[in-house]
Amino acid sequence: MGSIGTGYDLSASTYSPDGRIFQVEYALKAVENSGTCIGIKTIDGVVLAHEKLVQSKLLVPQSNNRIQTIDMHIGFVAAGLLADSRHLAKRAREEAENYRSTYRKPIPSTMIAKRISGYVSAFTLYSSVRPFGLSTIVASVDVHGPALYMIEPSGLYYGYNATAVGKGSQLAKTELEKLDFKTLTAAEAVKHAARIIHMVHDESKDKDFELELTWISPQSNGKHAVVPKDIKDEAERLAKAALDDEMDED
Amino acid sequence: MPQLKPGEMNLGTTIMACQFADGVVVCADSRTTMGSYIANRVTDKLTQVHDRIFCCRSGSAADTQAVADIVHYHLQLYGVQEETAPTVQTAATLFQKLVYDNKNGLMAGIIIGGWDPVDGPSVYSIPLGGSLHKRPFAIGGSGSTYIYGYCDANYHEGMSREEAIQFCKNSVSLAMSRDGSSGGTIRLAIITKDNVERIFVPGNELPTFWEG
Repeated sequence: MGSIGTGYDLSASTYSPDGRIFQVEYALKAVENSGTCIGIKTIDGVVLAHEKLVQSKLLVPQSNNRIQTIDMHIGFVAAGLLADSRHLAKRAREEAENYRSTYRKPIPSTMIAKRISGYVSAFTLYSSVRPFGLSTIVASVDVHGPALYMIEPSGLYYGYNATAVGKGSQLAKTELEKLDFKTLTAAEAVKHAARIIHMVHDESKDKDFELELTWISPQSNGKHAVVPKDIKDEAERLAKAALDDEMDED
Repeated sequence: MPQLKPGEMNLGTTIMACQFADGVVVCADSRTTMGSYIANRVTDKLTQVHDRIFCCRSGSAADTQAVADIVHYHLQLYGVQEETAPTVQTAATLFQKLVYDNKNGLMAGIIIGGWDPVDGPSVYSIPLGGSLHKRPFAIGGSGSTYIYGYCDANYHEGMSREEAIQFCKNSVSLAMSRDGSSGGTIRLAIITKDNVERIFVPGNELPTFWEG
């Protein structure tokens, strides 16, 4: 348990004596309780994966997806409060469309990340609003190639070769560090993403989950799209087999 | 149809831009009129809006200066935020948005010429209504009406730098000799990947043709 704010944590416009804004730090807690999200940038595209925890058997499979499309060339997934995620994706779509309208070309990766981060950070300045309870992964391909950014609730953002947020992010990041980004292709990354999601999923704590898998790759013609069923099924089959192998090694 | 207001300065004008292999030549006369009074006989109608992007202004002097200033501001901000030089297409898009959205209040005919690493040399023409036309060469202003035939007959693709410069000089000179709102001197700017070179042709060095 982190330190308690006691009086300095009631609003985002208050600093603590040691220079922290507790509301923003608490927002990160919302992220930590959410299903794992992974992004992997490859030499020919980007892959996004999400461990969608299924709370009820009544939910329709493949509905309520968290991975969203912002523009044809941009994918978006956020760990944390789902309602905040829908709101932020809506704003990101407006920014992307506004850029197209002004400059008559698709928004570059650097600019969409910057605009999303600017919007998120605005909510950390005032006591009348609360910060977004989201860590957002933005995947896109523009004229300069594939790009992957992650934006935290504070608005801070960095570019990554691969990143993970949510419940199993620590374990996922350890696995992602083993990948060779100089040679990795989107087709290979799909398998790794599926394997890592299955690996970090905690069977004892959360029973049911669905794997969401999307990419921007040569096979999807540079557009953000759901990974085709046959490729996804094969990736999941290999992921489960890898887990079984690990268990057998005991 | 927008009209010049009483006392407003008119860039009567002949303006022109022409693509060649390595760059673009932009060219203009130097006369600004207020009715029949020549308010400025050495005007510079070639305005730089970014390192390698120029615009040629015709119509109302005030309107075109205001629009060019706004585009210059946006392009500077764009360059700094995106950490890359804007393309000529981006500049043309910004000009078009301003001219079209304000078509009732503006009288501005603009030609944009420049070089960028994405498309190389490009020329765009934005006439009064705010439509956008990408062309290998473009002419504009009141004097341009007199030289359509000459330009169509003498333009060819694959011109060298010297040929493009001579083509522009000749065309603008012919227009100046027939159009009362154009005259004075000729100003050119040659935009290439490496630099921008400005050339000034004084009145006594203009190319001459049959004068009768």
